[in-house]
Amino acid sequence: MSGRGSASRQDRSPVTDADVCVIGAGPAGALVADHLASAQDVVVLEAGPRFDPGDRVERQERAIRPAFDRPDVWEMGGKRDDHAASGEWFYPLNHARVKGVGGSTLHWQGMVMRLHEEDFASGTERGVGPDWPIDYADLQPYYADAETELGVSGADDNSFAPPREQPHPMPAFPPSYSDSLFAEACDELGIAMHSVPNARNSEPFDGRSECAGYGTCQPVCPSGAKYDGTVHVERAESQGATVIDRARVERLAHNADAIEAAVYTTPDGTEHRQEADAFVLACGGVETPRLLLMSDSEQYPGGLANSSGLVGRYFMDHLFAGVGGVLDEPTRQNHVGFLTSESHQFYDDADEEVGPFKLEFFNYAGSSPVELALTGDDWGDDLLERLQSAYGNHVAVGALVEQLPREDSYVGLDPERTDDRGNPVPDVHWTVGDRALRTIERANGIQRSILQELGAEITWTVGPDDTGPAYHHMGTTRMGTDPASSVVDPACRTHDLANCWIAGSSVFPTGGAMNPTLTIAALALRVADAVDATLE
Amino acid sequence: MELSRRDAVAALAALGLGGGAAATYTRRDGGDDSDPQSGTEDEEIDVSDGRVERVAVAAAEVLYPSQVTGVEQFVTEFLGPRLNQDGHGDGIREAVGIVEDRAQRWHGAEFDALDPDRRDQLLREMGVDTADEAPDGTDAERVRYYLVNDLLLALYASPTGGELVGVENPQGHPGGTDSYQRGPP
Repeated sequence: MSGRGSASRQDRSPVTDADVCVIGAGPAGALVADHLASAQDVVVLEAGPRFDPGDRVERQERAIRPAFDRPDVWEMGGKRDDHAASGEWFYPLNHARVKGVGGSTLHWQGMVMRLHEEDFASGTERGVGPDWPIDYADLQPYYADAETELGVSGADDNSFAPPREQPHPMPAFPPSYSDSLFAEACDELGIAMHSVPNARNSEPFDGRSECAGYGTCQPVCPSGAKYDGTVHVERAESQGATVIDRARVERLAHNADAIEAAVYTTPDGTEHRQEADAFVLACGGVETPRLLLMSDSEQYPGGLANSSGLVGRYFMDHLFAGVGGVLDEPTRQNHVGFLTSESHQFYDDADEEVGPFKLEFFNYAGSSPVELALTGDDWGDDLLERLQSAYGNHVAVGALVEQLPREDSYVGLDPERTDDRGNPVPDVHWTVGDRALRTIERANGIQRSILQELGAEITWTVGPDDTGPAYHHMGTTRMGTDPASSVVDPACRTHDLANCWIAGSSVFPTGGAMNPTLTIAALALRVADAVDATLE
Repeated sequence: MELSRRDAVAALAALGLGGGAAATYTRRDGGDDSDPQSGTEDEEIDVSDGRVERVAVAAAEVLYPSQVTGVEQFVTEFLGPRLNQDGHGDGIREAVGIVEDRAQRWHGAEFDALDPDRRDQLLREMGVDTADEAPDGTDAERVRYYLVNDLLLALYASPTGGELVGVENPQGHPGGTDSYQRGPP
């Protein structure tokens, strides 16, 4: 390996004699690049920019001020990011992703749980959906490595979680004051609470500070205490990897058996070909299938790696369920922007009728007083009075709910709309089945019982009629052993192309109801091992 | 409750500033289409840093709750680095120029020479109270963004502003991870 990495690389020309080309500099691509960079010549092509870390506090201001919408924080939107949503359920794609070095971990919440053992065998254990072709034991050592790589603060106090082999790298964040209120009610109801594994530092770790408490974790952490993919991008570069930002890969040039080059354009419109021995697609659950579908050819008229016809199919997200209200006492919300308590007690009750779900006890129920202060037609004493009456006694319990994979839920190419490069925009055709809606009702019932036990006046419910996505894009290049019913094999290599791996949640056959990033990271480390073994 | 230098520094940190130029705001062609008395000749209004600070302090005296003290020092310390921020500083100067223009046209005096009730009245006459903030919007929307909401953000993202509401570590302030664990004082 030649050590050609350069954080300030401006010419954006291809790297000669690259061993591995990684497409996408989010957490999956960053981890793959970092783990291969010491032994291989690695180049990473990222469609978005390299953001200046010094701008993060200004991005925080955008997150707080009403003049800016959520996509504005990380400069999403416009013709580059145009998209369609033809499904029965609208999908707000540009609220759900960030293009840039670090990817969507730049705006993520930072919750990192392992999938439960039964999540890998949904068909066998729950009677619905496919089994994964790998099980928890296959992924367990990679989960442990992923926790170390990301830096996870957690505790071994969750009796419902799968078996662990070592403590988390950092202690869990202590419970909040409002957690203590919930604990009394949950004790009465026989509901167990436990800590939340967070990919944010509860103490200094890996050269990054402990959490500073800015309270804007989602969508921006100014202190860098919350993990994001830039950590491993920088580490990969320090080992010689080359990262080219604003390199838009528009198609994958190929022969019958392998990818030959990633064809990308730079901001000045110049087209380049990045050749490599191996390619790792790590563009997320929407752009990865889009790139494969845009790479159609006479050999592969339905798109690349798509002999199954399933590239883009089985798009899944997690659904949100929630109930909130007010107490007649202070609840101390909005000091921090992350969660400290959950309950996975009901998760493994899942069956054919009701899916897995987890409960989340909010630390930021009700509006932030800072954001409230910037709206309304009052100021002076009237404004303060409004803020004091609006803040202080809110509570809420949220939930993440599994959606089953369905072939009629998919990411496709819009035949009529193109982006700024003339390429068809992605169409997120999102369909949600009845099992997920029943699961939301079940979660709502438990959430209501907790708030009623707490003595809260319930003021809002997010139920089956107004649920929304958690911005976890899964399933669109599913993993399996049969090339007729899956896109990648158990090693996450495409069935059709010998030198193409996919890293990310698009390979999930089912989604469970856990935030997916730790599983993405574990699979990425596993992909890195597979690529390395193949190239040796 | 007294605003301290720590509050100003905290407000600046929340806005990404660690830290004056003389300038004028030129009102062209009478400008605002909501002002039927607008003239047609260019007029230059002093928006030097000192003038901007006096107008901002005068505005804060109206915008901040009456129990807050130490407003002049807080606003002055907050505003200095904010005025040097690329793009944003010019936006503040322009917003101050708009307010000064209306004060002189509609009330015949500089903004900070008006009594607090008249300052409040003027901002409402301009529609700033009902305007949504917008950095590229109408006069009222820009005044809301660069002047009114800048000052409100500075106050309520500071420890003292947060305590007024009941949260010692308001959003935007890096106040650590202790307060969320504590019960009510």
